[in-house]
Amino acid sequence: MTLLDSFIWRAAFAGVGVALAAGPLGCFVVWRRMAYFGDATAHAALLGVALALATELPVAAGVTLAALAMALTVSAATGRTYAMDTMLGVASHAALATGLVSVSFLVGVRIDLTAYLFGDILAVGRGDLLVIYGGAVAITALIAWRWDALLLSTLNADLATASGVDPGRERLALTLALAVLVAVALKVVGVLLITAMLIIPAAAARAVARTPEGMAVLAIAVGAVAALAGLAASWHLDTPTGPSIVVVAAALLVIANAGAVLAGALTRRAGRAGR
Amino acid sequence: MPDSQAALPAEAGAAAPLVATRGLAFGRDGQRILWDVDFAVRPGEIVTIVGPNGSGKTTLIRLLIGAEAPTGGRLERRPGLRIGYVPQRLAIDYTMPMTVRRFLALSGGTAAEGVRALERVGIPDLGDRQMRALSGGQFQRALLAQALMRRPHLLVLDEAAQGLDQPGTARFYELVGELRRELGCGVVMVGHDLHVVMAASDRVVCLNGHVCCEGPPVVVSAAPEYRALFGLGTRGAFALYRHEHDHVHGEACAGGEGCEGDAAGGRRAG
Repeated sequence: MTLLDSFIWRAAFAGVGVALAAGPLGCFVVWRRMAYFGDATAHAALLGVALALATELPVAAGVTLAALAMALTVSAATGRTYAMDTMLGVASHAALATGLVSVSFLVGVRIDLTAYLFGDILAVGRGDLLVIYGGAVAITALIAWRWDALLLSTLNADLATASGVDPGRERLALTLALAVLVAVALKVVGVLLITAMLIIPAAAARAVARTPEGMAVLAIAVGAVAALAGLAASWHLDTPTGPSIVVVAAALLVIANAGAVLAGALTRRAGRAGR
Repeated sequence: MPDSQAALPAEAGAAAPLVATRGLAFGRDGQRILWDVDFAVRPGEIVTIVGPNGSGKTTLIRLLIGAEAPTGGRLERRPGLRIGYVPQRLAIDYTMPMTVRRFLALSGGTAAEGVRALERVGIPDLGDRQMRALSGGQFQRALLAQALMRRPHLLVLDEAAQGLDQPGTARFYELVGELRRELGCGVVMVGHDLHVVMAASDRVVCLNGHVCCEGPPVVVSAAPEYRALFGLGTRGAFALYRHEHDHVHGEACAGGEGCEGDAAGGRRAG
């Protein structure tokens, strides 16, 4: 376990762990157009931090609870009075603001707000790694177990029902996974960039994937490469690590799309030459 | 299929229904959408539901497949019933890559069964194609192949031929008829293209919130209730399709009034 004595290796493992969970889950966030939903859930994390510090609960548990409560509230409330995006915008920013206000009330606790907002991957300890991998394995296992049912209910709720799948239950599974992911990714990229780790690798993978499984695996790969390259860049260029990881992921997305366009053009040219 | 029209329903009458409703009712937000619906499908039988827009056709389908729960009456499915469902629309988001082969596998079954299903619906070479790259007709066939993967006792098609041209629609329903014979399954369809749909059915149920009339296609298309609903009567307000002049105008006037009032009531309610 000497490898884990080095903070840079712990950071690397943490980044890959987040990518492992965020890749497949991010695909569903993209397919089901849940990006705003992800934001609202992630922004509730600060409230969870305040809750945990006030009640001496572990931070991961507080964050998961707050994120889950937020996700369930938002899913129950949407479509009632306001349009989906209005509702989510309100929930997302209200949660963030309330979180910021409530941590300021905590007396006798000095917390590094920047670390919670943008992540502090270089400060990941062994305990954090345990949370990250525990959560990541749980999320990946849940998604792998429900995979076909999740895909079917994402495609068409009635088709899923006719095949004996309950779309409501599958949505609940995703909501649960999302709440756990918020706790997993908090230390690595922070509240504000969690959604980025969900949607950017998945969107990059979309450019080249041909099947849903392919897209999920590629999203893991893109996330992992982004985490490692972002970490390296941050080390050499002395830039903030969480944002560096997201910048690399975004760059990979651009490259993947450019590559797909280029490959398409070459295929067409080869097709013309062949005739 | 014309030869089977008279014989099949009587034959099938002996078998227990795959799905049956009695006094079925469904409402939402205080509005009644369906009421007093007695409906049954037996193995080997093709039943078509017709009715004007907003008559509750899709709602009835969604009740049959279990996507909605009745608010009144009874709905019974045969225990262990496997349903193959072809939805009215299936929008595959461009963010989701999905080959035809993979799509079929979602509904269960082996890869070999997938190959056979594609062959059966006439698109054997399209397994590797992206679903989004299929033409309208190919897409509907892929949906039908997916329904076959369930090895269904009951095929449920909700305006499955929507967007196909006339010959394409005719071929599609011909295929459904063949599959019914091969699998011995019951079929429930909703159709807009009345002419084709009715020719392919053993029994037609004319729906407008409740069951207006039902019976073999020739009987229903002559029924005053049906004619009133579809504008073959005096007013023509519901002309959903350019009908063939195979009917006698005077006949429709006789009984037309009653159901037209009925139809207006249904519209107010639904």
